[in-house]
Amino acid sequence: MGRYLLRRILLMIPVLFGTTFVIYAAVFALPGDPVQALAGPNTVVTAAFRNAVDQKYHLDEPFLLRYWHYLVALLHGDFGVDLNNVEVSSIITASLPTTVDLALTTWVLEAVLGVALGVVAAVRAGKTADYAILGGSMLVLGMPYFIIAYVAQVVLGVWLGWFPASGIEDGWPMSYLLPAACLALFGLPEISRLTRASVLENLHADYVDTAVTKGLSRMRILYRHVVRNSLIPVTSMLGVNLGFLLSGTILIEGIFNLPGLGYQIFQGVQQHNGPVVVGISTLFVLVFLVVNLIVDLLYGALDPRIRLA
Amino acid sequence: MRSRGGQLVAAPSENPPIETEAPAGRRGVLRGLFRKPRFVIPATIVVLVCLIAAFPALFSGWFGNGDPHVCALGNSGLGPRAGHPFGFDIQGCDLYANVIYGARNSISIGLLTTALTLIVAITLGALAGYFGGVVDLMISRVMDVFFGFPTLIGMIVVLETFPVHSVVSVSLVLALFSWTVLTRVMRSSVLAKKNLSYITAARGLGAGPFRILLRHILPNSVTPVAVLASLNIGAVITAESALTFLGVGLKAPSISWGVQLNTAQEYFTTDFHLLLFPALFLIITVLAFVLLGDFLRDEFDPELR
Repeated sequence: MGRYLLRRILLMIPVLFGTTFVIYAAVFALPGDPVQALAGPNTVVTAAFRNAVDQKYHLDEPFLLRYWHYLVALLHGDFGVDLNNVEVSSIITASLPTTVDLALTTWVLEAVLGVALGVVAAVRAGKTADYAILGGSMLVLGMPYFIIAYVAQVVLGVWLGWFPASGIEDGWPMSYLLPAACLALFGLPEISRLTRASVLENLHADYVDTAVTKGLSRMRILYRHVVRNSLIPVTSMLGVNLGFLLSGTILIEGIFNLPGLGYQIFQGVQQHNGPVVVGISTLFVLVFLVVNLIVDLLYGALDPRIRLA
Repeated sequence: MRSRGGQLVAAPSENPPIETEAPAGRRGVLRGLFRKPRFVIPATIVVLVCLIAAFPALFSGWFGNGDPHVCALGNSGLGPRAGHPFGFDIQGCDLYANVIYGARNSISIGLLTTALTLIVAITLGALAGYFGGVVDLMISRVMDVFFGFPTLIGMIVVLETFPVHSVVSVSLVLALFSWTVLTRVMRSSVLAKKNLSYITAARGLGAGPFRILLRHILPNSVTPVAVLASLNIGAVITAESALTFLGVGLKAPSISWGVQLNTAQEYFTTDFHLLLFPALFLIITVLAFVLLGDFLRDEFDPELR
């Protein structure tokens, strides 16, 4: 396990450099004036501001050295200062809890519903329930999910008034349920399809025959043996999904006005507040990488075949 | 596991007489396709939407007000009425004409991005798969970096700093973050083919590596990528509308469904039709592309499921 861990972490290092480099290069090396890009296209840049930015980002130094400064600051938790002179890290601290609440609620919904639907589809493979779940998945896959969120907000939030339409005044669970459900819907098709395939594969395994000959009940075989073993690939999919979930928060938090990290990116984009967008995006990428690492390790722990391969 | 499966499936294709039987067989396959509703319905919608995108003027005039730029502020936000089946947008322009003209940008971005992605994926995937070694290592590490991004976030960061927001620039950025999946599929597809005996035979006859790649490996390994690419078009159209909706994609003077949805977000509680009609067109288009891609995948490459 130690060697596997080491190899995984070593593999992550170039990816870490690469991703931060792409973000950094996107902001500072694309054609155009970086200071102007930071300030937004419609802002008049004063000499004082230009000087301040030059100093802050070491713009008078060679590109690679600047990237190095950026990386060192990043590792110290310094995400820079936004255009209203607020520390990006303080924006992050203030918005983090909302996003964590939303992401965890979504994740639980996604995992529970996705696995349940997948198991049902597998057990009823080729019957009406299976086709209904497949059809539903295709429908969701084909719909831009920000439109689903909008329609849910208008219909369930504004017209019917079942859920708060926006904001977090009603606290967790009520204010988070509708946004989390919309966000979860996005990951459901993949999770349920993967669970279905995995359960179907396991249903034909030898150990199931053994369990049957032992005289175990159908339910017990399904839940104690088949589903447990089928969840291994699903775990890794849930990890990968966290990344998409984080990008999803940008749209969902923007639409439902939840003051989380995604909302800050949403606002940052609309106000051309470059440092906020870049800072929080970098954080998202780092979280994504770390979560994937954890999931891979977990995967190795759950299934020794992976580690030994 | 997949590549092993690919090899198994690939084995029968070594039979030489395929050439002579192909025309008759292919015509039969086509006729079969047109009998399947899972193909005919989405394919019809896709063709129709592409026609609308290519010749919007033919469709926009159906209700007598075909010019999307004829606007009267007095009509701002009015609902559907005679001659204006979708009502008016906030600028008082006919919403139906605007939605029809909006198809062009979405479809162009979907097709252009997918074409770019395909070119990059086929080239890099073939090089990485066939030559292996250092080439493979370099391409794979770069792919890892792009896999490290949640794609939407990467696109937002890059587009945010892009000076121009045109169909081409948005397509470039979309392609930059979507080439990896197809490249990976292409790479494993080439890997599965490169040690088959007909390749060894070609090599024995003295064919150079590029001749082998172009004449023997590419035609036999491109199917899974091409099929996945058709599935990709729907995803790209969705991504474009989401980016535009967020305000980093296409900008207001250009007509697109994303721009219309972006405008609608301020007014939809009172003027729901502003959200409804562009959203409907977007959903139906994306759904048609996804269903078509899904069908093609089942039909031509069941291995990918």
